[in-house]
Parts: sequence; C-alpha cells; structure tokens
Amino acid sequence: MTARQMTDKQVEQGLRSLRTPAPEGMLDKVLDRLGLGDAYVRVEGPIGPLFVAFGRDGIALVERAADAGDFEAAFRATFRRPIRRIDQAPELIQRVIDQRLWGKSLPSGPLPLDLHELPDFEQQVLRKVLEIPRGEVRPYAWVAAELGRPLAVRAVGNAVARNPIPFVIPCHRVVRSDGRIGNYGAGGPTAKRAVLESEGMDTTEMERLPAKGVRFIGSDSTRIYCYPSCRNARRITEKHRVALRSADDARHAGYRACKVCRPVDPPFRVAVA
Amino acid sequence: MAIAPNDPLCARLASDLDEAFADLVVDHQQLVFGVAARVVGDFSAEDVVQEVFVRAYRALKRYPKERVREMRLRPWLARMALNAARNLIRGRRHEMDVADLADGGSGVEEAPHQYSERSEQRRMWARLLAGLPPRYRLAVALRHVDDLSYAEIAETLNKPLGSVKSDVHRGIALLRAAYDAEQRGQEHEMAKEAS
Repeated sequence: MTARQMTDKQVEQGLRSLRTPAPEGMLDKVLDRLGLGDAYVRVEGPIGPLFVAFGRDGIALVERAADAGDFEAAFRATFRRPIRRIDQAPELIQRVIDQRLWGKSLPSGPLPLDLHELPDFEQQVLRKVLEIPRGEVRPYAWVAAELGRPLAVRAVGNAVARNPIPFVIPCHRVVRSDGRIGNYGAGGPTAKRAVLESEGMDTTEMERLPAKGVRFIGSDSTRIYCYPSCRNARRITEKHRVALRSADDARHAGYRACKVCRPVDPPFRVAVA
Repeated sequence: MAIAPNDPLCARLASDLDEAFADLVVDHQQLVFGVAARVVGDFSAEDVVQEVFVRAYRALKRYPKERVREMRLRPWLARMALNAARNLIRGRRHEMDVADLADGGSGVEEAPHQYSERSEQRRMWARLLAGLPPRYRLAVALRHVDDLSYAEIAETLNKPLGSVKSDVHRGIALLRAAYDAEQRGQEHEMAKEAS
C-alpha cells in the first residue's frame, strides 16, 4: 500500500491549523505598563447609578452616570489619558466602592485613591473629609481647624467643591456652620440631602438646631459636648441632653470637647437667633 | 499605477495615538504572539508581546505623523517580534539547549495544558515545521501561519521578493516530503507488526 500523496494545499491547511489566538489579558498588561491602563465601571450609588474611573493609583473620577461619552471626555480632559469601560472592577476597587458607598467592611491598608492631580492643600482637605463617619456631618470650619488652618474656611469650601470622587470621598457630609446644608457638586442641595438621608441622617433635624441657636449637644453626666450628629451625642439620653450655643459657652459651663468629633466654633461667628 | 490608501489604523494612530493604540494591540497581538512563540515558546512569548507593543507605542509617539500614516504595521511588528524573541534566546543560550526549541517550536517552555489540548494532527504539523531548516521554516510560517503577504514577508526579513517566494515554495515541498517520509516509516512499522 502506498502512502496517500500529500498535496501542497493539504500542507498549507495543516500549517493554518497552527494558528492560535494570543492569550487573554495582553492588552490590559500592555496598557498598564504604559500607564494607559485606566478603566471605568458603572455601579449603583445611593441616589442613582455612578461612573467610577480608576487606574494604577486608584479611583480618580466619579460622576453620576449620564452619557458615557461625556464621562470619557471629561476623564480625558482632566487626566489626558484614554479610558475604557469594563464590566467589573478589580476586586480591591470593588471593595472600596462597596465600603465607601454602602458602608460594607473596610479593606485593610491605605485606600487606593488617585488624587495626585490636585494641589497639596486640596488633597489634605479631601483626605480629612474621608474621615467623616457615615451618618454624620461636620462643618467646613471643622475641616479647616483639623488641618491647622482654622481661618481657611472658604478655601476648604472650594476644595470640597472640586472633589473629583464624590460618594467615594464623602463631600456630602460637609455642611455649613449656620445649619444650611450648603452646596453640592453632584446635584445641588437636593441631591446632597438625599444622599445624607440614605445614610440615615435626619437632615431636617440637622438644619433645625442651628436655626434655634444650638451648635453642640452635651451630656450633663459626662460633661462632654459634641456635634449633634456625632455618634456619642446620639447616645446621650433625653434626661442628660444639654443644648449648647457655642464652644465658649460649653467650656464656661465646665464641659470639655468630645475627642471623637473634636467640635470647634466657626472662626467668624454668625449671629444666631 | 494608483497608490492604495494605507491602513486606516495608521491614520488614527497618527492623529490620536492613545485613542487608537488599544486597537493596534487587539488587531495585531495574534501575529506578534505567533511569531514570538515559534522562537521562544508560548510561555515566554507573552513577555515578548508586551515588550513589542510597549516599544511600538514609544516609537509611534516619537515618529513624525507622516511616517506613522505611511507605516506598514504587520511587517514592522513581525520584525520587532522576531528581534525581541531572538534577543531573549541569546540571553538564555547558556540555560537551554537550542535543539530543544526545534522540538515542536516550543521546547520545554510550552505550558502543559496547552500541549495536551492540541490535537495529534496539529502536534505533527508543529513538529514537521520545527524540523525544517530555519530559513524555510520562517518563510513558510510567516506565509501560512501568520498569513503575511509575500511583500510583507520580504519587508519583515529584509529579503528580495523572489527569494521569499522560492523559500516558501521550497518549505512547502520539504514539508510534503517530510510528511510522506513519516507516513512511509509508520506503514513500514505497521507492516512489520502485522507479519
């Protein structure tokens, strides 16, 4: 029996069978090596869907999800790098999103947030805002005092307004000392109120107290005074609850400041009723 | 003679490199991987692919837009893949016997699961291809595995078109002969067992 003769065509066919696609993930690795590896996902947020963009250094841009093209253009304009949409964020980023938006358990280590496009002062402001606990608020004046710049209240306001990653950095938890809710880049005061409410904050009560001249709540048993939304203040029973007009008044009455919320008077006292 | 318009991807790379670069990778990664894998094996080829596209990006960023618009991407990338893969081998020559690489073109580097998934047929063709003298092996593979045109192969290898054509044809003929020889050898074995 003679061997079946192999033809050129069959040889070519045999060679074509050796074609294999490149392995998965090559594009991502290349983009990461070139620093072009930014991506974004669409996630549910407390008051509606959000686009969350992140790169090698962490979460860099968050906006309420509207037009994807607009978001991509906004990212490119700020960061001068391309961005691509993906279906699922990497695990660490997803855990950070879950923690920041929904209060789920915190990943260990420093949060991957990419703020280094911002000037130093603004970064400090935003990192301080990051410390405000869920369900609580602090005045702009508090942020300024915490940074050792108690008079820089307006600068703090500007920095907060320029927060590139709302919801992840909770700029909605920064309010005015006079009790008004203040402005909010991601949808104005109405949206701000909605986000705070979604975190369990009673915004009506929050605005009512300063209108009545009350800035702090103290306990006549512990002689400690707090911001009204501080978790320690909320634990004070009705019997022991004392309303205080100012830190000066509090101190003269023998109270000391809560070490958790570290309350301060605003630097330029607005006349309250 | 009309001049054919160049690959539209080149125009996009010239006008906005960052926007078009991902497409460059996606469209050409199979070519770059294939060329590299035949030299260094599947496993190391991944590193070569990354290296090639990183270098390609940096080059495209440096070149004047005119040059980018007129580029012939496939020969350019294929040549970079060959060079990068060969450099990898040169660096490792003391670690591995070059003859190992001739075994299926993937030698000791091939990931076990890939080897077991290949059909018997494909393994045979890979083996026969790897058994060719390098000059014919390269030409035949670029033509029939990587699907480059003769002109593209000529540019990749910096050889005359006529040479390339004859190398491909000779390579095919040698493969045919190798296959036939193998068949005859097997039939001879079977005949011996049967008797």
